[in-house]
Amino acid sequence: MTVETLARIQFAFTVAFHYIYPPLSIGLGILLVMMEGAWLRTGNPLFHNMARFWTRIFALTFAIGVATGIVMEFEFGTNWATYSRFVGDIFGSALAAEGIFAFFLESGFLALLLFGWNKVGPRMHFFATCMVAFGAHFSAVWIVVANSWMQTPAGYHLESTVNGQTVILPPGHVVTPADLTSVRAVVDDFWAMVFNPSTIDRLTHVVLGAWLAGAFLVVSISAYYLLRSRHLEFSRASLKIGLGFATVACVLQMISADFTAKGVVRNQPVKLAAMEGVYETAPATPMTLFGHVDAGEEKVGGPKVPGLLSFLAWGSFTKPVVGLRDLPSDEFLKSRHPQATAGELPVIRKQYWPNVAVVFQFYHIMIIVGVALFVLSLIACFFWWRGWLFDLSRPLTRWLLVALVFSVLGPQIANQAGWFTAEMGRQPWIVYEMLRTSESLSRVVTANQIVASLILFGLVYALLFVMFVFLLTRKIQHGPDSEEESEEMPESWKALVRTVPRA
Amino acid sequence: MNLPDLNIIWYVLVGVLFTGYAMLDGFDLGVGALQLFVRKDEHRRLFLNSIGPVWDGNEVWLVTGGGALFAAFPEAYATVFSGFYLPFMLLLCSLIFRAVAIEFRSKEEWTWWRQFWDVAFSAGSLVASLLIGVAMGNIVRGIPLDGHHEFAGSFLGLLNPYALLMGVTTVLLFAMHGAIYLAMKTEGELNQIVSGWIPRLIGFFLASYFLFNLYTLVEVPWVLDTVRARPYVFAVVAVNVLIVLNIPREIHKGKAFNAFVSSCAAMGLMMATFGLTYFPNMVLSSPDAANSLTIYNAASTQKTLGIMLIIALLGVPLVLAYTASIYWVFRGKTSLTKHSY
Ligand code: HDD
Ligand code: HEM
Ligand code: HEM
Repeated sequence: MTVETLARIQFAFTVAFHYIYPPLSIGLGILLVMMEGAWLRTGNPLFHNMARFWTRIFALTFAIGVATGIVMEFEFGTNWATYSRFVGDIFGSALAAEGIFAFFLESGFLALLLFGWNKVGPRMHFFATCMVAFGAHFSAVWIVVANSWMQTPAGYHLESTVNGQTVILPPGHVVTPADLTSVRAVVDDFWAMVFNPSTIDRLTHVVLGAWLAGAFLVVSISAYYLLRSRHLEFSRASLKIGLGFATVACVLQMISADFTAKGVVRNQPVKLAAMEGVYETAPATPMTLFGHVDAGEEKVGGPKVPGLLSFLAWGSFTKPVVGLRDLPSDEFLKSRHPQATAGELPVIRKQYWPNVAVVFQFYHIMIIVGVALFVLSLIACFFWWRGWLFDLSRPLTRWLLVALVFSVLGPQIANQAGWFTAEMGRQPWIVYEMLRTSESLSRVVTANQIVASLILFGLVYALLFVMFVFLLTRKIQHGPDSEEESEEMPESWKALVRTVPRA
Repeated sequence: MNLPDLNIIWYVLVGVLFTGYAMLDGFDLGVGALQLFVRKDEHRRLFLNSIGPVWDGNEVWLVTGGGALFAAFPEAYATVFSGFYLPFMLLLCSLIFRAVAIEFRSKEEWTWWRQFWDVAFSAGSLVASLLIGVAMGNIVRGIPLDGHHEFAGSFLGLLNPYALLMGVTTVLLFAMHGAIYLAMKTEGELNQIVSGWIPRLIGFFLASYFLFNLYTLVEVPWVLDTVRARPYVFAVVAVNVLIVLNIPREIHKGKAFNAFVSSCAAMGLMMATFGLTYFPNMVLSSPDAANSLTIYNAASTQKTLGIMLIIALLGVPLVLAYTASIYWVFRGKTSLTKHSY
């Protein structure tokens, strides 16, 4: 395998593993705020108990998130040194801002959240919980800003330095391999960089995906307790909070998904054509619901809804969605390959397509899972509304609860599939239509070194994952503290928290 | 308006971040290195919980230092991390083990389980300290760079005796620092044990530090020349020696907190000595010094350095405020409660 492939596999593996945990922390963070807030308002010890139980789960996901995140911070330098040199002027600031604004906030207040129960008052503790949740969202903000800039670069210009002389290159300049040692991207307008064309859409979509991850974790564990008839009062209340939150996030996610996809149509037409498997530009472009791509024949099999893609992309059933055979445009190809004849362009063009078959599948997995979660949460809400949700004597309820137990996998699958779509769909570019992934490697790193590190991380992460699942299972088996155990509240807290007489 | 040189400001700020990391995570790593020297489970838990609420925040200094280096001096970031590829991957793995061991260890009662994570915690901390020292040693000594500022050496070349001695010195420095921190956070029997180690650790560290300095004069000739040209470095070194000697004095008087402050100050001054001597280099190239990365040829544009300065001016006061409040809330002796590790 080439160094490029290995470096990509290594990066993808470590970042995908990292991304199992932050969404859980982000989503759970919001739920912790809700639970603790409910406790402070009502004084019902049930909520206190809940906040404590879910805090313990939160601590676990957070710890692994932190441990795997540090790897990511340095991997741009280790794996993509040329990239780091090329875009450091722009990309580095987002990463540094994440450290200063988000990680310090999170880690500082996390200490209060985990160990502060007897050290500070309840209001202060609640404030710490809010800050941890806020900090977790903030890290998503900065990292998605950085990533979105790679998808849709803005607010920069290219400049070339030769013998100490700096020349500003014109906006249309297309980077060629010969430029790599002298050209770099330089920030013009910080806010245009931050709010590049895809930031808002993608940030919304990512955060909602994270909320779903946290919400369905709570839903799943609560449903499990219900099925086992354990901790009934606790799990009913948890399920309600989790399900309510999940449903809201599902609905919002469908809306956000539409915006995100429309953004891709506008900003990265090649990626969109690959996601939907559109080769031919035709009016009333159909949408393939699921199927398979024959990349050799350039054909896509599977059920199609006529005109739907045109409608989703443009709001018109007839306006065509441009297909891969016309992308990237002839002008773009000619600027990168001035020598090429018109007859060679169709062949060269394929070098600028991502792996269509794979991108198509990841994208469709995300959509199918997303719609399934949406439907599942609506059904569950319907059961709740009819008062069937907790009636374990009904076989349908039991089936629904079983489905809810497994629902925790849904957001994880969708989140991973979404990132694989976004990142593989951007190929062959590391920075869209500016810098190719193959050009951005670390020149001094050899294949052997990457293989060694891949094996190392493979083993370590396998161990971490087994431990995580094991400890999570143990925590679930152990369950929330019985109410008496958690009553050991400091005197100073009791005055502040209104305690309701228990029925 | 007469703006101060942004490149110099960022040289200092990146230095401050890494120094903050050494002072703060240094004692976490030191505690880790000492973990296996106490046997009782309760003592080991006290060790863990003494750093429990703060280690994560301490590690963020490293993360932010890395981010700041990336933003302010991308060439240096790219050169160092791609050049030190394998040692860096090992460092990252040891930090992973250190982190999760703290979280996992006390979750189960089984002896083998706790034993395993204690070893992971200790080995992770030791290897991390060693590698940080080795990396520093190589930076001081200079690494081979080519005309494009790319690393031109080998993995084994990084493991030269000079860098390894710096690694050992760092381990001893962190262990001493960690022991002093523990003396502050523990009481009773455990405090006696830990306090008993400190004189020896100080002795080991001083011996190693002395050797290292001698070796520097032989191995890295430019240091002496630079220091001659910048006599103020002598003053810093002299103050540093006094402060290091103050550590055993304070310990002898039973003032662990003062000893800890001295130990932090000593680290700060060591980094200052390094920074003052190394300036204006970011990564020194050896043997071909013309290929070195300096704070000018490795830097981002003035515009980015300016933006970053605003970010730092907004962020750093916040960071200092909540770091200080966390240390304040968790001040005093560590005790075990239901929420402890
Ligand atoms: C629970 C999580 C989740 C769910 C249910 C969905 N997605 Fe998603 N999707 C993500 C989680 C996600 C993500 C992980 O957050 C991604 C990866 C990169 C990004 O910006 O967001 C993403 C990316 C992503 C992209 C690519 C953005 C880019 O390349 O810049 C598109 C077009 C969509 N999504 C569209 C959808 C549609 C049409 C969905 C379905 C019905 C859907 N997503 C459900
Ligand atoms: C390549 C990209 C990424 C890098 C370089 C990165 C870097 C890091 C680092 C260094 C940490 C540890 C911070 C600490 O020590 O406290 C961390 C943790 C975290 N990261 Fe990432 N990260 C990446 C991707 C993401 C994404 C995409 C998200 C969210 C959408 C995210 C959200 C978080 C959160 C919330 C934490 C806190 C720990 C946790 O909640 O599990 N990260 N990341
Ligand atoms: C955390 C969620 C993320 C996941 C699961 C993810 C997934 C991936 C995958 C699968 C690849 C490999 C693409 C390929 O080989 O075709 C990749 C590459 C890459 N991603 Fe991400 N990514 C995430 C977040 C980010 C973020 C937030 C950034 C930037 C800040 C980022 C920057 C990169 C870079 C630089 C590459 C290497 C070049 C490439 O192969 O495209 N990623 N990522």
